[in-house]
Amino acid sequence: MFDRLFEKDVAITGVGQSEVGRPSLKSAMRLTLDASLEAIADAGLRREDIDGVACWPGDNNNGNSFSPVGPNALLSALGLKVNWYGGGYEGPGPLAGVINGAMAIAAGLCRHVLVFRTITESSARARDKGVSALTAKTVGRDSSYFWQWYTPYNVISAVSFMAMYAQRHFHDYGTRPEQLAQIALTCRRNAALNPKAIFRSPMTLEDYFASKMISTPLRMFDCDVHCDASTAIVLSRRDAAHACRQAPIRIEAIGAALHQPWSWDQISLTENAAFDVGRMMWSRTDLKPKDVSSAQLYDGFSILTMIWLEGLGLCPRGESGRFVEGGIRIARDGSLPLNTNGGQLSGGRTHGLGYVHEACLQLWGRAGERQIAPHKIAVAAAGGGPLGGSLLLARD
Amino acid sequence: MYNFIFSGSESGRRWYPWPMTRKLPALTADTAPFWQGGSRGVLQIHYCAGCRCFFHPPNPICPSCNSFDVAPRAVSGRGRVVTFTINRQAWTPELVEPYVVAIIELAEQANLRLLSNIVGCDPNEVAIGMPVSVTFAQLEDVWIPLFERAGDV
Repeated sequence: MFDRLFEKDVAITGVGQSEVGRPSLKSAMRLTLDASLEAIADAGLRREDIDGVACWPGDNNNGNSFSPVGPNALLSALGLKVNWYGGGYEGPGPLAGVINGAMAIAAGLCRHVLVFRTITESSARARDKGVSALTAKTVGRDSSYFWQWYTPYNVISAVSFMAMYAQRHFHDYGTRPEQLAQIALTCRRNAALNPKAIFRSPMTLEDYFASKMISTPLRMFDCDVHCDASTAIVLSRRDAAHACRQAPIRIEAIGAALHQPWSWDQISLTENAAFDVGRMMWSRTDLKPKDVSSAQLYDGFSILTMIWLEGLGLCPRGESGRFVEGGIRIARDGSLPLNTNGGQLSGGRTHGLGYVHEACLQLWGRAGERQIAPHKIAVAAAGGGPLGGSLLLARD
Repeated sequence: MYNFIFSGSESGRRWYPWPMTRKLPALTADTAPFWQGGSRGVLQIHYCAGCRCFFHPPNPICPSCNSFDVAPRAVSGRGRVVTFTINRQAWTPELVEPYVVAIIELAEQANLRLLSNIVGCDPNEVAIGMPVSVTFAQLEDVWIPLFERAGDV
């Protein structure tokens, strides 16, 4: 009955991003408006054209400014008249807003959906250093579905899981710390060319090894850097996208699968959701991993980038350490340029949508000093543990 | 039960017992057997009579066969470290580092895992594959299952 995969009917027509501050003096709403209005204008659209709004993880403030602006607040502030809007944490990771928005368009609910992600963890930390702690997220006894199994053990940060994934990856595949370091070093080199990036000064392997051990084997430079920022994209029905200002970027395929429990300790420790996501994405396209010319892969923690490289088939399982060794292949002039804006490790923890923003800028040839060679196919993926989603993007 | 914290120089290393502050879980009909089994000295894990397998975390239904014929069952409390990390960051003012967070595979069944802390030994001695056995830390009405290094199983 359906002869077409829904994402084929959807394109990205505009992108926008606020300043990336540490912290920003602007309010979370102002950052969101800056990003959203830039994205709408970038698409060549007017406010009146936007008839849908999507966001992951929705209004999810948790006292730490993880997501201080949800769709309800934004559509009210902007005075939008929408046919559909949605947010919420339950979804295939930080790209869930894009996937949900695309579904709303394919379902015939909307023509142009504004997708955004606002995060103000820097200003929250400036107010109170302890706000990031998971313990602040629940008052009294922990009854959250999965965290109740972790917080009694003082698993206060996601880094505990990421470190355990890395430890197992090192054990199973012989991955070495100096290989893992290449993710951070590559991001830092790229961030030097991104005026918005938080950390732009050069970093050496020695600097990496001198950084504080947070949770073995992960060091401070394996963990992303908090910021205040908002990122937005406009999704358009492809038959409405041609009226837009620039060549639409097609969503060639999405990955959103999770064939494991939604859990941080019960899932495959070296696959996470990434392999389920990758298998799904490649099942929805005739393209192959070798067709991908640039990769924007989640680096909330460096080990996750390694897992995404393997899960999306960009290198063989267990081989990510050797693949990134020396940083040659993943450099801007390498065979698979990676996190070309500095990622979250050095660019700032824009948390998910930043990867899509950068992938589009690169495909459009608008990435300024950090622009890589002209190309047509890019992949963006975000998430870790049970969270995971991916987008294969194509410019015709 | 105490975590052991390192104090002093590398040459004169000494480990002091140090009580850890812990956030306590809410207890429900499904989760109380896990958190309170320690009152009788046993680790209780949900078992499905339908497909004869353990599963964790506990729920009213078996995730493998969807049978409701599930109930907590005492296990040996022995297992091995699947993976671990030595946490070196004091996330809150009350926390004292280092402490070891680990995922344990219980002896009863392949892939029957739970998350816990390894206590009572030098964190640097913890390794993947290390045999461990359960011990409990009572805080109010909760007996938190923790794991100590064990002799080879």
